[in-house]
Amino acid sequence: MSMTNPLARARGQGSAKSGVHHWFAQRVSAVMLIFLVAWLVYAAFALAGADHAAARSFLAQPFNTALAILLVVALLYHAMLGLQVVIEDYVHQPALELVLHFLTRAGAYFGMALGIVQLLRIAVGT
Amino acid sequence: MIGPYYRPQLTSLLSITHRASGVLLSVVGAPLMLWWIVAVASGPQSYRAVAAFFDSWPGLLILAACLLSLSYHLFNGIRHLVWDTGRALDLRSAYTGGWLVLIAAVLLTAVLLGVLT
Repeated sequence: MSMTNPLARARGQGSAKSGVHHWFAQRVSAVMLIFLVAWLVYAAFALAGADHAAARSFLAQPFNTALAILLVVALLYHAMLGLQVVIEDYVHQPALELVLHFLTRAGAYFGMALGIVQLLRIAVGT
Repeated sequence: MIGPYYRPQLTSLLSITHRASGVLLSVVGAPLMLWWIVAVASGPQSYRAVAAFFDSWPGLLILAACLLSLSYHLFNGIRHLVWDTGRALDLRSAYTGGWLVLIAAVLLTAVLLGVLT
């Protein structure tokens, strides 16, 4: 006996082979963030009470610039996926849901671009 | 989890707190981090404005909420990753892990607040 709903079989649509993509991407970014937040804690210790010059020279070190960029991208990506699920679960008004999904994605991508550009500015000293 | 027959339990409260802390970090924490990065890139004057905000009472309160959310979401996220491997899924482990996560989150928050303020 087939476990597929007859209508689904008639339409020929099963899993589009992306069934676990969202779940997996959320976990990959989560594991990366464990290490990146560990770096953030280290940065908090290194920058405690730092003035502007100290903060700038810390972030301008290539290793720190790279990790800060990775942190911004991984964090916003993880946040985007998480907010998407929260919206799907709790917002049941189609128009509002669409707007919130759009704002979540647009906001995350904008934040990534902003973070990368500003961190590169710090790195090259302009 | 809301209704006349719901009795608060550690497990369900921690579960919804994971979501709430994630939303707070996404909506408040990430923008604040970006604001700080922009300030470092922009110069001493902008940097002092951000520093002054985090020295004020509202700023400190928001920072504390973000640090607590970050610590909690980090440790409870690790708890989730352990569950994803099929381990520690029994009731006893769920409670033990839950308390461990709470203790670790409070400790890390205290350390970070101590360092940063």
